[in-house]
Amino acid sequence: MASSSKAFNATKGERTFDVINYILLGLVLVVTLYPFLNVLAISLNDSTDTVRGGIYIWPREFTLENYKTIFGYTSLVQGFKISILRTVIGTLLGLISSSMLAYTLSRPDFRSRRFVSVFLAMTMYFSGGMVPVYILMRDLHLLGTFGIYVLPGMVSAFNVFVIRSFIDGLPYALQESAKLDGANDFVIYYKIILPLCKPVLATIALFLAVGQWNSWFDTYLYNGNKPSLTTLQYELMKILDSTNQGSAMTNANDLANQMANVSPESIKMAITIVVTLPILIVYPFLQKYFVGGMTLGAVKA
Amino acid sequence: METLTANSASTNESVSSVPTEREQNKKSRWKGFRKHSNLPVNESRAGLPPKRPKGIWRTLIQQKYLYLMSLPFVIWLFVFNYLPLWGWTMAFQNYKPAKSFSEQKWVGFDNFTRLFHDDQFYLVLRNTLAMSVLGLIFGFIVPIVFAILLNELRGMAFKRVTQTVSYLPHFVSWVVVAGIISNLLSMDGIINQLLVWLHIIDEPIQFMAKGTWFWGIVTASDIWKETGWNAIIYLAAITGIDKELYEAARVDGAGRFRQIWNITIPGIRSTIMVLFIMSIGHLLSIGFEKQMLLGNSLVTDYSQVLDLYALNYGIKIAHFSYGTAISMFNSVISIILLFSVNGLFKKFAKESIM
Repeated sequence: MASSSKAFNATKGERTFDVINYILLGLVLVVTLYPFLNVLAISLNDSTDTVRGGIYIWPREFTLENYKTIFGYTSLVQGFKISILRTVIGTLLGLISSSMLAYTLSRPDFRSRRFVSVFLAMTMYFSGGMVPVYILMRDLHLLGTFGIYVLPGMVSAFNVFVIRSFIDGLPYALQESAKLDGANDFVIYYKIILPLCKPVLATIALFLAVGQWNSWFDTYLYNGNKPSLTTLQYELMKILDSTNQGSAMTNANDLANQMANVSPESIKMAITIVVTLPILIVYPFLQKYFVGGMTLGAVKA
Repeated sequence: METLTANSASTNESVSSVPTEREQNKKSRWKGFRKHSNLPVNESRAGLPPKRPKGIWRTLIQQKYLYLMSLPFVIWLFVFNYLPLWGWTMAFQNYKPAKSFSEQKWVGFDNFTRLFHDDQFYLVLRNTLAMSVLGLIFGFIVPIVFAILLNELRGMAFKRVTQTVSYLPHFVSWVVVAGIISNLLSMDGIINQLLVWLHIIDEPIQFMAKGTWFWGIVTASDIWKETGWNAIIYLAAITGIDKELYEAARVDGAGRFRQIWNITIPGIRSTIMVLFIMSIGHLLSIGFEKQMLLGNSLVTDYSQVLDLYALNYGIKIAHFSYGTAISMFNSVISIILLFSVNGLFKKFAKESIM
């Protein structure tokens, strides 16, 4: 008798717990998703109508006019090109360098392995700081160049260690038999390790691509006065910034600033969607990889 | 075989923790051990005489590809990560960009003296610490709670949808997030509308224009953006917990809260510890992106953080030496924090990342 009443209590408690849990996480779902739907709805709404307010998740006067308008701004189209270029080149460079370094670090017989590991791991804990890095970039003559987007971020210790722990999990016998067949270390890396590393490389590629696509501060700091090299995020930043702060225009020639003063809410939201869309399209497909990759980097299972 | 089992047991001990350098080495060393030992694991070396240490030049030639594949990146690391440390010398000079290193005027600790006598600096430090600590507390607890709640969900479809959606903001740039946040918090934004509708406030609040709201807004946006992402590690750690423990607890009559408290939380304890140490180490390097994008001229007294201060002084008005002193202060304090927290945890909790 006692045990059955206990079980009954437990299920009742469990049910309340489940209901509360569902409500809580349902709220999380709404809070996370609503802002995006709201931005989308505003971007698809007629821009003069938007001023009246009250757009939530559905456009009141549907139009694609806002999107047509923003693709007429040359600075945005140019920014779009630079953003794509830096994302592609930055991701490729980052993938090649991290995987190559990771491979050498995974080789137990590599004589300088310990030194290189420590040399790399140290960089996770300190940084020179904004001003010394800025001076270095200036001394390397990287200010106002495209290289500043892709060179400084090429090797990140975290990415290297993630790839390395993946390689550590591969059977070493594969490399040994290749060696017996006369393959050198580079051929082993290229022909055996790289193809086997596809899942972890997909993860790192996603990290790198998102980082490249989303960064705006390097443009702001190093290339802000080079209209031919500004990125989409930077253009968006200028547009959102100037109206938020209500600050005076510092540069009268600044096209984006001029645009910002006349561009209504709907156009701003359309730009936001254009900036966000590529990532929204890509990430659900890569989800199974990056969850595995994060876990690989963080949890030894 | 004895050593082998002992070894694998010790690696199991550290299941669900961030890979530390030592662990990584442990793993590789273990592999090396297998390779060089006489265990029949590795057929190709069986029967060969034990390896003798070879001369440096011979290994250099023999491993020339490995060196070719790592050396460029070692040089790269040196240039982009270690050379800026050399730039710290600027903090002790009256640095003039046009002059060479030998022509610079050395001023000792003058820049630091100036920094520590600057009232603005303490304001900036207060803001940095306030937002860091808030971020540390909430940015740390919320993902753990979220992961635990998500793990307790019964419906698989709902669980998967919630998890997928929760990562979404992580992939969006701070520029976009700042735009979204100021849209939500504007005078006619949804937050004000909701609060008025619920009769919590009578008049819409100008959230973005009030300094006192700023720390809260930054912390909340950070939670909104990163909770789902940061929960991944904890969820993975929870998955690693032995399911039989839960069954045993259920048989003993433990409710859901008891199971969470006595099994789930202890099960992810080491993950929590390691991530906690790491976030304390990065306490002062919280960055500046959110502060810069969410801040405006009305709230600078609350939004200015160390990195922005360094940016405004060091680069915008070209006081490179003063800016370097600020950056250096930031880095040194971070490293000291990291090492002392790591040391404390090593001593009292037997957990460490180094």
